[in-house]
Amino acid sequence: MSIELKHVYKKFGNFKALDDVSLKIEDGELLALLGPSGSGKTTLLRVVAGLDSFDEGQVLFSGRDAQDQKARERGVGFVFQHYALFRHMTVFDNIAFGLNVQPGKIRPSRQEIRAKVMELLNLVQLEWLAERYPWQLSGGQRQRIALARALAVRPKVLLLDEPFGSLDAQVRKELRAWLRRFHDEFHITTIFVTHDQEEALEVADRIVVMNKGMLVQVGTPEDVFHNPVNSFVLSFLGNVNFFHCRLEQGKAMIGDTALEVPGLSVDQPQTAKLYVRPNQFKISRVFTKAALKAIVEYVNPAGTIVKVNLKTIDSGERILVEITQEEFKQSKIRKHEKVYVSLKDVSYSEYVQDDP
Amino acid sequence: MNSRTEPCFVKYLLISVALIFFGLFIVLPLACVFHNAFAKGWVFYLKTLQDPDALAAMRMTLIVALVAVPLNLIFGVAASWAIAKFDFKGKGLLLSFIDLPLSVSPVIAGFIFVLLFGAQGYLGPWLITHNIRIIFAMPGIILATIFVTFPMVARELIPIMKSQGNEEEEAAITLGASGWKTFWLVSVPNIRWGILYGIILCNARAMGEFGAVSVVSGHIRGLTNTLPLHVEILYNEYQSAAAFAAASVLALLAIITLIAKSAIEATIRQGQRQN
Repeated sequence: MSIELKHVYKKFGNFKALDDVSLKIEDGELLALLGPSGSGKTTLLRVVAGLDSFDEGQVLFSGRDAQDQKARERGVGFVFQHYALFRHMTVFDNIAFGLNVQPGKIRPSRQEIRAKVMELLNLVQLEWLAERYPWQLSGGQRQRIALARALAVRPKVLLLDEPFGSLDAQVRKELRAWLRRFHDEFHITTIFVTHDQEEALEVADRIVVMNKGMLVQVGTPEDVFHNPVNSFVLSFLGNVNFFHCRLEQGKAMIGDTALEVPGLSVDQPQTAKLYVRPNQFKISRVFTKAALKAIVEYVNPAGTIVKVNLKTIDSGERILVEITQEEFKQSKIRKHEKVYVSLKDVSYSEYVQDDP
Repeated sequence: MNSRTEPCFVKYLLISVALIFFGLFIVLPLACVFHNAFAKGWVFYLKTLQDPDALAAMRMTLIVALVAVPLNLIFGVAASWAIAKFDFKGKGLLLSFIDLPLSVSPVIAGFIFVLLFGAQGYLGPWLITHNIRIIFAMPGIILATIFVTFPMVARELIPIMKSQGNEEEEAAITLGASGWKTFWLVSVPNIRWGILYGIILCNARAMGEFGAVSVVSGHIRGLTNTLPLHVEILYNEYQSAAAFAAASVLALLAIITLIAKSAIEATIRQGQRQN
């Protein structure tokens, strides 16, 4: 089922939770709503589910206005951040709930319900927990039971609110991969909310970056990561270094140093902000005039890449640089060493009005 | 390692103060009640309790509790559900109204009903012409009791419901449950111990209420006396053994209430640990 939001507004008192949100989610898509806390992403999800009302605008399900459809009639499966399992029911009864509350005419028989619940438990690989109570489960198990419960009523849309937010790193990675596989198999239109950029980039077909109740950018993970529309998106999707500079004749003047900036052409001299990802630097021991002089403060080679923390000598600014393990092995950069930093590329630049 | 740094004597001093206080103000009066109740022996004790007036008073107290407690239960669950799970205008006002009976003296509560329904009250003439008796009759006693026990159930349930939040109800709704089914299958089971706790406290207060009931009852022996009023009458007539015998029934009720209360509290705590 496709979902479309048209100019949706919602206020909590004076706080704008959703500010002119228009978005179309295609049938069978896996969409991530990414943003800092308070950006309106959970509100957006709850509006789609029918759990929250909105002040203005329209929500369409498969092109039909969902205004007169109550939350219970929308056929959405909602998975809450803190699972919201029914604490007084066993895992089995939790999953069976959606089927048990169906009106007598369409409710499946006891055997059918039993079979369906076992099938779902099998899907989330927790058959052996059927008779346990929620408090006897670990966080990851609860999350999977919450998913199974939401799937029991064959939802046309699956809405997940920070689904892996309160799990530890290992379980989180597993469940993330599981969600992607699950989606590839069943193609249920899925929206999930997250503040974890890595999660969004890894799992989603498309990412919606939100801030202050507005959609900042919508695009594929690749698109959003490599072509951010502004510095907010850029800095939200991973580490970034930032410099004030003056652009003159295709070079960036940072203090007295003139840096080559590949792919940047400027006609008029301008003041600008440069945003450089940690992997867009080149470090060298050989003196070059067109490079920032810096001291190595700390090197962390533990990981697939090596993180080098630098401090420039002229201005004392801190720079985070990432180099590959091979580069590290060749250069053998060590703490307290003096190095020369130049730019391979720039992620994003922003022109600033000159001070009068 | 012992992390307590207080000297030993401070510890024992505090414990003894607490114990002495407890003994003087709780154990001693309670023991006194039972001692006096049995002062003239078992036979007299049982005979006093089988006295027609005493039986009538007990029956009255039971009927009043049987009417007041269920009504307050319905009201309390409805009010706390509304307050804990929804936002609406006038919520603060409703909360203060629920607390009102706790801050008003029970005697005043009784007078409110006399002023409303008494022969000289606002509705008095109308009631008299239609031959409806409220004051100095059972309806008045029930009304006064309901007023006084009004906050008991809601006060218990509001914090429990608030701490549980709305998510389970929301989950039930997205799974297709109606409001009615959500209430019975999700909300009520989650507060069942709180409900029982509220019922017990409400019942204890309903059966033990003196002030408000005293004003509206008229003390008609065998007709409008409740057990606490019966105790007072006997005592004023210098029948102290009989008064204490009746009082011992109330004291016994209090003790049972206490035991039930702590048993339920333990269960609730266990439930919270599990979540």
